[in-house]
Amino acid sequence: MDVIVGNRGVTAGGVSPLADEDLGLLLLIRHFELALLDLFDQGKLNGTTHTCLGQEYIPVVLRPLLDERDYVFSNHRGHGHYLARYDDPAGLLAEIMGREGAICNGVGGSQHILRGTYMSTGVQGQSLPIAVGTAMHLERGGQPLLALAYIGDGTWGEGSVYEALNMAQLWRLPLVVVVENNRIAQSTPTERQMSGTIADRARAFGIRHHRITGVDVEAIRADLVPLVAETRHQNRPLVLEFDTYRLGPHSKGDDNRAPELIREAEEHDWHPVYAARFPEQFDRISAVQSRRVAEVVADVTARPLSTWEQ
Amino acid sequence: MRVAEDLNAALHTLFEACPDLYLLGEDIADPYGGAFKVTKGLSDKHPNRVLPTPLSESGIMGVAGGLALAGDRAIVEVMFGDFIALCFDQIVNFASKSVSMYGQRVPLRLVVRCPVGGNRGYGPTHSQSPQKHFIGVPNLSLYEMSPFHDNATVFRRMLDHGEPAVFFEDKILYTRPMYADGHIDDVLRYDLIGDPSVARVHIEDPDDFRYVVIAPGGLAHRVMGAMRTLFLQEEIPGLLLVPSRLYPFDVEPLLPILARAEHIIVAEESVAGGTWGSEVAQSLYSRLWGMLRHPIRLVNSADSIIPTAAHLEHRVLVQENTVYDTLREACA
Ligand SMILES: Cc1ncc(C[n+]2csc(CCOP(=O)(O)OP(=O)(O)O)c2C)c(N)n1
Repeated sequence: MDVIVGNRGVTAGGVSPLADEDLGLLLLIRHFELALLDLFDQGKLNGTTHTCLGQEYIPVVLRPLLDERDYVFSNHRGHGHYLARYDDPAGLLAEIMGREGAICNGVGGSQHILRGTYMSTGVQGQSLPIAVGTAMHLERGGQPLLALAYIGDGTWGEGSVYEALNMAQLWRLPLVVVVENNRIAQSTPTERQMSGTIADRARAFGIRHHRITGVDVEAIRADLVPLVAETRHQNRPLVLEFDTYRLGPHSKGDDNRAPELIREAEEHDWHPVYAARFPEQFDRISAVQSRRVAEVVADVTARPLSTWEQ
Repeated sequence: MRVAEDLNAALHTLFEACPDLYLLGEDIADPYGGAFKVTKGLSDKHPNRVLPTPLSESGIMGVAGGLALAGDRAIVEVMFGDFIALCFDQIVNFASKSVSMYGQRVPLRLVVRCPVGGNRGYGPTHSQSPQKHFIGVPNLSLYEMSPFHDNATVFRRMLDHGEPAVFFEDKILYTRPMYADGHIDDVLRYDLIGDPSVARVHIEDPDDFRYVVIAPGGLAHRVMGAMRTLFLQEEIPGLLLVPSRLYPFDVEPLLPILARAEHIIVAEESVAGGTWGSEVAQSLYSRLWGMLRHPIRLVNSADSIIPTAAHLEHRVLVQENTVYDTLREACA
């Protein structure tokens, strides 16, 4: 499907109305990520973190399509994935800051989270074979459940991706690979690291591929409902490629993209589009989420350090 | 019963007992039954849980990791141990790390079966002993097959532990007989001590020895051959200790024995340098310092890739005479 996309970006008229809940989640993730960059600037965070600014709508689209028992594998850029699954900004921030109440006691940090059937890891491509294994477990269990793995375009350079795709299709397993194709891998533009296309690579394994453009959450979701159901009920692996843009740096403060590329990303941001299309709803909810995140930051920052019984 | 048959029987027993157990590997299905026939009969009996896979070592290790993560048990057969290098990320960076890197215990019931070792003419890419590359990884245990240790018991232990394990199988053992009842031949006897058990091979009286050799299962016959000759020709008695679990290796219960040895020798087939043997020696130095009468000796293969031609391969790898020469020199 192609949502209305102009050369200069998504037009304001191109998005459908959104439930408060969905817009709330979008804005929660946006405010959370901005708060993280701010905390970094203040020197309050250890190590590194990768924000999903510009890509928040992807897990928001997918949220109602997933069952709690579905396995979700996230990657280094996973805050949005986590917040869309668990409405738990305090737990996530505590994890990132190593404070009491941290999801994984501060051991995993931004990139390594495990909660229920949700898991993330910092090794690119590693999760795909793991997702195939859990998909096999689910398929054997007889329930219509699936495993979903998020990866970036750059991760298609890893061999494990292809080993996993081969087995998923060979063994007809309920696997969804969500590709967040944000046109860049760390500092390397996709055209400098990928030959051919993701669509053709999926096709080579006989796996269904679907490319999604634009940021209209409702429209994309409606488009995906039958595809995800097919994976779930017919064990048909699926590659969903989101044509998206990374608004912020790769990790904190390491953006050396040309200004016109950054501008192009901004022109495709969902944020001004929804703000312009539904100003009253947007401002109301944004204020609520902004306040909520500020409270979470104040609360978590004041907590004692996390403890870990090894 | 031959060691490979015992291993095969152990897998059959496990598959009957554990409905959540999977086996993945290349060419493991019947009628072929695996490159070394260790999985024979399993896929016919358990077609849904014994899964022949594509040539994707890293991928199948990951699939097994995913099954284990979801609560199942999984065994992976790596066709030749050399290829375990392709699984390194999934073993070291996924399976073992996942046990604890999420700030909570995540049980992963996963065993990697890894046929290793040379002396069979398979050449440089099919003969390696890669044990040393997996030493000292948190939450990863290393075991080695031996003709003394019941495979069903060892597999139970590895799978019930809740942490991934690599099980090294020296290919040279597959066609050798399992030992039972403490009897080896007219010179050598053995018993099992400790937990997890260490096989103690001795000559007549287990308390009468001048030297102790510590060696993994694959080296057992070479060491026993050397022990036998040294006793028959020079009447020098010795002891061989063969642990089932190589790492972590708890030397504590063995210290009373080792403290009485005039000489301690650690033998393994790996090339020297960052090996299991040096790890064992180091832990003995720190505990027995002041009691040792001689430096601990290490026996390793030559610093070389492993040639194919029998006469060249023989020269490079640890042989019975390599062990014999070391023992003789030590006890001279
Ligand atoms: C195996 C591996 N190699 C390298 C890295 C370092 N690294 C982290 S993210 C990244 C780029 C990933 O690009 P992509 O898959 O496009 O995801 P994006 O960052 O764009 O979301 C790299 C090279 C890593 N984490 N894992």
